Amino acid sequence: MCYLIGVLVIFTYLIAVFNNKMSELSLAIITQCGEAVTLSISLCGSICLWSGLMNIAEKSGIVNRLSTIFSPLMRFLFPNVDRYSKAMGYITLNFISNLLGLGNASTPLGIKAMEELKTIDNATDSASDNMIMLTVLNTAALQLFPATIITLRANQGSNTPADIIPAVWVVSIITLTLTVLAVKLFSKISEKKVKR
Amino acid sequence: MTFTDYFIPTIFLLIIVFGLIKRVDIFDLFIEGAKEGISTSLDILPSLICLMTCIGIFKSVGGFGILSSFVQPVTDFFSFPSECTPLIFIRPMSGSGALSVYNGIISDYGADSFIGKVASVMMGSTETTFYTVAVYFGAVRIKNSRYAIPAALMGDLTGWIISVAAVRMMF
Repeated sequence: MCYLIGVLVIFTYLIAVFNNKMSELSLAIITQCGEAVTLSISLCGSICLWSGLMNIAEKSGIVNRLSTIFSPLMRFLFPNVDRYSKAMGYITLNFISNLLGLGNASTPLGIKAMEELKTIDNATDSASDNMIMLTVLNTAALQLFPATIITLRANQGSNTPADIIPAVWVVSIITLTLTVLAVKLFSKISEKKVKR
Repeated sequence: MTFTDYFIPTIFLLIIVFGLIKRVDIFDLFIEGAKEGISTSLDILPSLICLMTCIGIFKSVGGFGILSSFVQPVTDFFSFPSECTPLIFIRPMSGSGALSVYNGIISDYGADSFIGKVASVMMGSTETTFYTVAVYFGAVRIKNSRYAIPAALMGDLTGWIISVAAVRMMF
């Protein structure tokens, strides 16, 4: 993150020097920070609304019901993790929190799952195949309802802010499938290397 | 009116009805969750100020144009709109940064334009890959992430390319 900020600031300054854009740059530095506050306030209402609704969903047992539905998928993704183990429980809950867009809940659950997997797989310094699978599932954003994006679209004057949802689902599912296949392939390759 | 108009109201209705059937206190639970939402919005504010300033100043001097023209041969090959190129660079690294770049794209080109839709699908179908890998492996003190980054980035790359195709085919 520090490198990203450094690179951005240094390059911005250099471009401003070469293209004679110092006045635009001064103005941008002064005004952009205020834009950030406007953006977060405009998102605040929608974030609160969906956090509230998702809390109802979680506490009324929708999450538990979903874990039964996803159990076959989870067994395919993590074939050597016992389906009744604590690790599998955390993995499933982490997946479902992501699906429902419960960002606050998913990271702690994911980290708990990582700790369990570390013990099960006896991993010390390098990641086990299961740990990689879990992390990669979290980097592929399979989300049923991308609330933030829809709110921003509505704010920017979209007539049909939710119409991107089917496209988002299709792209997410294809991406997730390919990533999972990549992980399975990589783990096969590394297995062969170890045997040699 | 299309069937996508049903999404938001239907999810809303289902959650409320399910809560009523299960006899939980939907109002109390809503308040409890919404409170968490406030801290979420406040939590992202400092990083949003930092990254939005950095990205905003980079944009103000025309940095995005320079960046996009660098990789234009590649993006053109996939008929990827070069206006969305900045998102490719920022999305895997920073959530706040991506949010600010995305907001800029849909305000400059329109949320319902082709570019705006591609950017929306890209935002919705990918995650902050580097950040997630750092948090997950960092938390359990794993130093060697092996093939996690290549596999995840391969997914992102596929996501970028098929976002364009999906928007072309589905709208």
